[in-house]
Amino acid sequence: MSVLVDKETRVVCQGITGSAGSFHSRQMLAYGTQLVAGVTPGKGGSKFEGKVPVFDTVRGAVKETRANASVIFVPPAFAADAILEAVAAGIPLVVCITEGIPIDDMVKVKRAMQGSQTRLIGPNCPGIITPGECKIGIMPGHIHKKGRIGIVSRSGTLTYEAVHQVTQLGMGQSTAIGIGGDPVHGMDFVDCMKLFAGDPDTDAVILIGEIGGSEEEDAAAWIKGNYRKPVVGFIAGATAPPGKRMGHAGAIISGGKGTAQDKFRALGEAGVHIAKGPHELGSTLKSVLRA
Amino acid sequence: MKIHEYQAKEILRGFGVAVPRGKLVASAEEAVAAARELMRGGVVVVKAQIHAGGRGKGGGVKIARSAEEAGEIFRRIHGMQLVTHQTGPQGQKVRKVYLEEGMDIARELYLGLTLDRAVSRNTLMASSEGGVEIEEVAAKHPEKILREPIDPVTGLSPFQGRNLAFGLGLEGATVQSFVKFAAAMYRAHLETDASIVEINPLVVTKQGEVVALDAKMNFDDNALFRHKEIAALRDPDEEDPREAQAKEHDLSYVGLSGNIGCMVNGAGLAMATMDMIKLAGGQPANFLDVGGGADEAKVTAAFKLLLADPQVKVVLVNIFGGIMKCDIIAAGIIAAAKQVNLSVPLVVRLEGTNVEQGRTLLARSGLAITPAADLGDAARKAVAAAGASR
Repeated sequence: MSVLVDKETRVVCQGITGSAGSFHSRQMLAYGTQLVAGVTPGKGGSKFEGKVPVFDTVRGAVKETRANASVIFVPPAFAADAILEAVAAGIPLVVCITEGIPIDDMVKVKRAMQGSQTRLIGPNCPGIITPGECKIGIMPGHIHKKGRIGIVSRSGTLTYEAVHQVTQLGMGQSTAIGIGGDPVHGMDFVDCMKLFAGDPDTDAVILIGEIGGSEEEDAAAWIKGNYRKPVVGFIAGATAPPGKRMGHAGAIISGGKGTAQDKFRALGEAGVHIAKGPHELGSTLKSVLRA
Repeated sequence: MKIHEYQAKEILRGFGVAVPRGKLVASAEEAVAAARELMRGGVVVVKAQIHAGGRGKGGGVKIARSAEEAGEIFRRIHGMQLVTHQTGPQGQKVRKVYLEEGMDIARELYLGLTLDRAVSRNTLMASSEGGVEIEEVAAKHPEKILREPIDPVTGLSPFQGRNLAFGLGLEGATVQSFVKFAAAMYRAHLETDASIVEINPLVVTKQGEVVALDAKMNFDDNALFRHKEIAALRDPDEEDPREAQAKEHDLSYVGLSGNIGCMVNGAGLAMATMDMIKLAGGQPANFLDVGGGADEAKVTAAFKLLLADPQVKVVLVNIFGGIMKCDIIAAGIIAAAKQVNLSVPLVVRLEGTNVEQGRTLLARSGLAITPAADLGDAARKAVAAAGASR
């Protein structure tokens, strides 16, 4: 088993004919993902790579192909609209890769999604993968290996780092989720931890946070009261200066809040096994599982 | 993006927010003339314009009691290195000076509007502790901060303005003046994609009017594409020249004070690389994310940026090649290093797709490159090289 996506997941790509959308759609097809449809307004009726039907609207794509997950590669100015279109079409899982969406656009999207059954991953994220079954996003598929470790992270390349170390240890991943680096986004750590808690095929979880916001502290509070499986945690940005945006729009220490020190402490107090550096993610996991 | 106080007040005024009359002046003569015009209650205020808070405490805001005095103060402030708790010890050169009418102040309050990430809503925050930094109030007297999260569908409702006004102990016509002020401020935020609108202090005058004595506005960089008029207010003089240069090449860069230059792909990995250097006993010179599609041109620009910092004694490249293949990245590093005549030790850690081909290319390049086996090894080797070159 796994969480959120598996070999049955039927994916529609919004923005499939754009440069990023087409490149990564080819990569997803090559990985074996069931990419059943694409959407580009005005290009409906054509075929992507000679086989994936392209539609003008998400509603049309869902009707014809029964797609139940969407991946969005639409430019930032139009991405909020693309998310809302997927939500309106009733797609249960929407993964938005786009980086640079205006914050107020996402504030409106979050408000519009209140009460909706759709789950949103991202934006500004690498996506989600269940190795050997379904890759939705931009991560390099071949570094993954089917296994029993769940991974959830705000950072793309740090997720790859964790995946690589787990694979090197011969363990593999159940599902790896990149929740994205924006201050207003969809699923958070707690949402993902709840799914991993209910997945009998996930034995342990690696959680990678970074400076800014309080979602790591929220995760720590939830883990402390509810989570029984081992968790390995790391927070990036212990050396980041306050008040500076470190690449990700959400990675900023403001008003003394959101420091790595606070987050490490909260996770430690919740019984999370702390990796001091990103190079120790795999080794910390190994020592925890052996004990 | 940040702007100056005088620019923020001009924008706010356009949305109906009450701000004092003021004028930007470029010379002592202009200051004298403007002071005559703006003098109120025998007072005019001379304010240094830099992109940092704490200007008053740093000596950048002075009261003049005559037009001639305003001219004298202009001469003292203009061109000075203003040091505040936000500028760092080197301070920031004052290139712009703003003159403003005096106010009959009865009370000083705080009013701010920014995103509350915990609820994904823009939130209006008010406090009776005007003139004090809100972070300080939050730490010492969190109960003194009143909050009203704003529903993006309905916008700021009048009752929310009243909640804050009565919560602050305002009375009579001042309540309505405050509600109107808050509504105009929210409109200004909406129409400009401001990430912060902060009025500190917000003053209640002896006449019962609510006025913005100071004003700070920051804007969401992601939304500047739809606000060309705001983007045009950017003042490169106020930016770290290295960060401005990085922006031109679409690189994400933050300057720090150490001697190990870092070039990394991905924001999280870039932060983690800085953390690793510190763990290994060294000091990073910068944060630098070259992004997912780093090509030779980008790597060259990144090298030039790092080497322009005279403090940099070693360059550490840490790339996890995912979709980008390591051999292509290695070729880019080699070409870029040759082009810029790399003069400091270079430690490279490559991992990911086609890593063996990439490492072979580096080893055969003829360049003095120290290869690193993993993250930990890379940090240790960079710190050792920085120590040896001292």
